[in-house]
Amino acid sequence: MRSVPFLIGAAVFLTAAVTAAFVVRNEYVFFAGFVILQFIVLATAWNILGGYAGYVNFGTSAFVGVGIYTAVAVFKYAGAPLYLQMLAAAAVGAALGLGVGLLTLRLRGIFFSIATVAVTIIAETLITNWKFVGGATGVQLLRPPPTAPFESYIKMLFVVVAVLVVIAVALARYIQLSGVGRGLRAVRDDEVAAECSGVPTLKLKLLACAISGALMSAAGAPAAMYLQFADPVSAFNLNYSVSALAMSLIGGTAHWIGPVLGAILLATTQQFLTVTISSEVNVLVLGVMLVLFVVGAPDGIIGLAKRAWQRWGRR
Amino acid sequence: MSDPLLSVSGVSKRFGGFTALQDISLEIRAGERFGLIGPNGSGKTTLINCISGVLRNDGGSIRFAGRELGGLSAHQRTRRGIARSFQVPRPFRSMTVLENLLVALDYAVIGHGLSAREADAEAMAILGKIGLAEKAEALSAQLSQVELRKMELARAMAARPKLLISDEAMAGLAGAEIDEVLDTLFKLNAEGITVIMIEHIMQAVMRFSQRVMCLDAGRVICEGAPQAVMDDKRVQEAYLGA
Ligand SMILES: Nc1ncnc2c1ncn2[C@@H]1O[C@H](COP(=O)(O)OP(=O)(O)OP(=O)(O)O)[C@@H](O)[C@H]1O
Ligand SMILES: [Mg+2]
Repeated sequence: MRSVPFLIGAAVFLTAAVTAAFVVRNEYVFFAGFVILQFIVLATAWNILGGYAGYVNFGTSAFVGVGIYTAVAVFKYAGAPLYLQMLAAAAVGAALGLGVGLLTLRLRGIFFSIATVAVTIIAETLITNWKFVGGATGVQLLRPPPTAPFESYIKMLFVVVAVLVVIAVALARYIQLSGVGRGLRAVRDDEVAAECSGVPTLKLKLLACAISGALMSAAGAPAAMYLQFADPVSAFNLNYSVSALAMSLIGGTAHWIGPVLGAILLATTQQFLTVTISSEVNVLVLGVMLVLFVVGAPDGIIGLAKRAWQRWGRR
Repeated sequence: MSDPLLSVSGVSKRFGGFTALQDISLEIRAGERFGLIGPNGSGKTTLINCISGVLRNDGGSIRFAGRELGGLSAHQRTRRGIARSFQVPRPFRSMTVLENLLVALDYAVIGHGLSAREADAEAMAILGKIGLAEKAEALSAQLSQVELRKMELARAMAARPKLLISDEAMAGLAGAEIDEVLDTLFKLNAEGITVIMIEHIMQAVMRFSQRVMCLDAGRVICEGAPQAVMDDKRVQEAYLGA
């Protein structure tokens, strides 16, 4: 079975994450690790619509922000535990994905991308005017004690996002290898020809939108407890949109591993730069790397790897 | 006599102020070989686009296998048994030739529960018939124009159609290759598939068709037996006068 290596890899990854949570003392590792894992989910989710189907979405920050505020809302309203916050965020994210999809998926190319930017602005404006979740000034959140067996909340968040990584990557991989993946690729290559080959293009695009949106919002949700604070400007930060896109493109969009590699590379670099220099340099580095890859390696890291492999194989 | 497989009645199509099709009616029986001709820009492809659901017709109605098609999207029509090739090839560029066919086998042939192996075998059989077997693993973006045209036809065949519409699949082909494609279409027809052939190569249309219709400037100007249509003065004027 071709799934066996993947399942082993996922098991090893989860075991390592859990073991780290109980062995490693330095909490900073988990603060940084959380962000890196969160970006793996975001890039993977972005790629399901942006990479497989070719619909370039600039609205990742809308889904992240909506995820964060769903968590805030269910926490403030009912004291919902973390996993319920994330489930609620996933449901809202899926619904938002479907709604946005229905409204915008008839648009092609750049017009779709522009529409997704508009969605971010609308969502942020709505939240800014919603007093229950703190409006423009934001809201302070008091974290409950961590659930046993975790002794620190941040380690618990880390493990929870690690689980989400496995779910997201497994979904992306399943989609890629299944008939749905082939249908989405047909959509990306030529939508008219896809329709005439029997592909229900709108349905597939909506499915991609809903799954992608659910994962993005679920990945955003734990950020509320992570920061113990939420405000619209940082929840809807454009950095999420730019990063998710850049990570997928730099990693390579044709294969599920691409966004994973891109996210690890970029998010690690960003974490390192934030500590050593400043968070402003991040954006610059991201921009430079994106340009380098678009010009030098349009198929991303996996494209480079494939070429190297072929060259090596020919010798 | 049984109901026609395809019945187009009073169909028109406008692009802005320009009328590309006006009041087109035609009926095609199951199992028929039908030729559609007309000078450049006469509306042949537009008519096919309306039948396959790529475009919405402005007026009139189209029925297929006893069912009104209005309101059905292109993929639903494909699943009901209408497959077409594109005059300007539209390959799935990131896929191999084989995968191009598998898209149609995956999505158009529903309810048959094809296993991956069966789908592969059927796709290879079609590629063999059309003379593309050795290109199965080639990336479709790397095919020549002639090969792309053949792949168009092959992909349409992979949808297991009741009605196959070939929009200039032979353009650019040389003598022996034309015979091969004609032969393939004849065989398909012998298996019971109804074929509409759009061609500028007149000998091919004449040899293939049992009935021919000629369009000019979006209207039907003549319809009937191949030789009778060729001999028709209006048809000759349409081609010469263009
Ligand atoms: N999408 C479109 N928008 C505007 N005009 C169009 C469109 N599609 C076709 N036309 C016009 O409609 C007319 C009929 O075009 P069509 O492609 O159907 O002709 P055709 O008979 O297939 O010609 P050919 O033999 O060259 O393929 C042409 O004048 C063409 O310019
Ligand atoms: Mg044409």
